[in-house]
Amino acid sequence: MKVNGKIISITTSQTLIYFLKDNNYEITKVAVELNGKIIPKTQFHNTAVCDSDTIEIVSFVGGG
Amino acid sequence: MKITLNGKLTDTQIKSVFELKKTITDAKNTVVIVNGFAVNSDYFLSENDSVVIIEKGIMPSKDEFESMISARHTPLVYDRLKKAKVAIAGLGGLGSNIAIMLARTGIGKILIVDFDTVEPSNLNRQHYFIRHLSMQKTDALKEQILAINPFISVETKNIYLDETNIKDLFDGYEIVCEAFDNPACKATLVNTILTELPSTKIVAASGMAGYYSSNKIKTEKKMKNLYICGDLTNEAKPGTGLMAPRVQICAGHQANMIIRLLLGIEKV
Repeated sequence: MKVNGKIISITTSQTLIYFLKDNNYEITKVAVELNGKIIPKTQFHNTAVCDSDTIEIVSFVGGG
Repeated sequence: MKITLNGKLTDTQIKSVFELKKTITDAKNTVVIVNGFAVNSDYFLSENDSVVIIEKGIMPSKDEFESMISARHTPLVYDRLKKAKVAIAGLGGLGSNIAIMLARTGIGKILIVDFDTVEPSNLNRQHYFIRHLSMQKTDALKEQILAINPFISVETKNIYLDETNIKDLFDGYEIVCEAFDNPACKATLVNTILTELPSTKIVAASGMAGYYSSNKIKTEKKMKNLYICGDLTNEAKPGTGLMAPRVQICAGHQANMIIRLLLGIEKV
């Protein structure tokens, strides 16, 4: 699986929300593109990710 | 030979810009700008040159004024930017500075959105003055934009943006600038625009607190329609405040990326 340009490995298919939480992302602060498609936050729990996917995750930090 | 002189199409037989100046003014204290560049030595005119001759200290007539404001822009660039419209969401340290930069650049239409009023702790980095305290940020910023360039159309909205109003407000904008402070609000705006307004590009910011190296702040293209400026790491938190220089560096990145996109350049 390619995450923000880096190759990592996941052994089983899992939901996007599980993957994000497992990798310490804060769900309310991210934008996620899976294989070139933006995934709305409401779909995080019923979107599956697997080892062949490419994910781009932007995690916002505060300040402006 | 046809040239543009102080905004007016002019037919002239005069060959040099200094000769041309003598026909307008005998004042010594002048600025002469040819095709966006201030010249100190004489310049031989060519067809279609744009010449602006400004007498310092004299308020020009209204029809000459716009050409003088825009004189230092590359001519075709200004024409394109004057037709553009940009929305700025959040008018804090990023948004207020971005709005001022876009105004100076001559963006024709600017929509500025914020729910809040100006208070003293804003003055360390946001583009407001003591006279603006307790005013709506939208009104305080509109006043400044029009004081810089009265030919800009400024629309204001005093609302708190969330999932329920983002789509309707920004529908039809080719570029929305994300300039919030709160990370969850940043994510909500970005997610809503990326999913519901597929032809809108968003220029967002993340990570500009403190006084870390200026050079950590970058512009990156993250997804098809998403550009992010900042160091992506340094958040505002107790012990790491937001300070004018890095906030303005980040604002400058956002404003420049917006201008590049308006001119058709998608490369960061």
